[in-house]
Amino acid sequence: MNDSTQTAVQHRDYAGAKLGMWLFLFTEILLFGGLFLVYSVYRSMYPEDFHEAAAGLSVVLGTVNTVILLTSSLTMALAISALQRGNTRQSVLLQGATIVLGLVFLVNKYFEWSGHIHEGIFPNAPELLARSHGQVQFYGLYYVMTGLHGLHVVAGLALIGIMLSLTIRQRITREDNGKLENAGLYWHLVDLIWIYLFPLFYLIT
Amino acid sequence: MNEQDNHIVTTKTFAAVWIALLMLTAITVSVAKMHLGAFSAFTAIAIASAKAGLVLWYFMHLKYEKRLLKFLLLVPILTLAVIIGLTFVDVWYR
Repeated sequence: MNDSTQTAVQHRDYAGAKLGMWLFLFTEILLFGGLFLVYSVYRSMYPEDFHEAAAGLSVVLGTVNTVILLTSSLTMALAISALQRGNTRQSVLLQGATIVLGLVFLVNKYFEWSGHIHEGIFPNAPELLARSHGQVQFYGLYYVMTGLHGLHVVAGLALIGIMLSLTIRQRITREDNGKLENAGLYWHLVDLIWIYLFPLFYLIT
Repeated sequence: MNEQDNHIVTTKTFAAVWIALLMLTAITVSVAKMHLGAFSAFTAIAIASAKAGLVLWYFMHLKYEKRLLKFLLLVPILTLAVIIGLTFVDVWYR
């Protein structure tokens, strides 16, 4: 295809790699989609219980975590465009900022969960089981869905950490940044899922 | 090499998208406080979908991708819509 390149260039199939990444993301959408299905069926069966149970979650903490994750998506997107403009230093700083924001999200999540557990609200806890069936379902779904999302945050952070080290070692460059772009896609998907989790668990009125 | 296809999005665009996302978050939180009843679940999902659209379109670069990828995204979305739709037909009319 390319007629002007003089130096030996290793073949890279960016379009194929990106398509593969998107196909993987589709399976992730269906994975969480199944959980959203269970959630919506139970919510339609127990609307009052879900309303009462959701009052036990902190809207402030949920909103703060939403802002953190949205901002981390911004820093990730900017990290990629910085590298595409050839500004490696800025890209490294922005990737680092993304990791810091992701860690802050997890720390908030830790405080949130330990607060619930301290109050005796966790799966199979006697205090939770004493509540109505719909509330038990709500907290079961809450732990499974935000927990699975949390695991995705951890995986995303590990991935961006690898990308960061590759960028510093000049293995991801302005000319060859497909890996960073695909890691970015994964991180944005994690953000995307949280965009739906936030109103479904924290904002039931 | 396909560097020519790689559209670099400006910082200004990304910042504008980020501000829009924060504003939508503020709207969804304040709408939830208005207690719209049955209508509140619908508005929450509508606003979340608007935010998801912004993330997909700009942050995930879909705006600048080929038509194939844009249409492919419809596959999981429509699959989910069919599954959720059929399940609710069962739940409501059983």
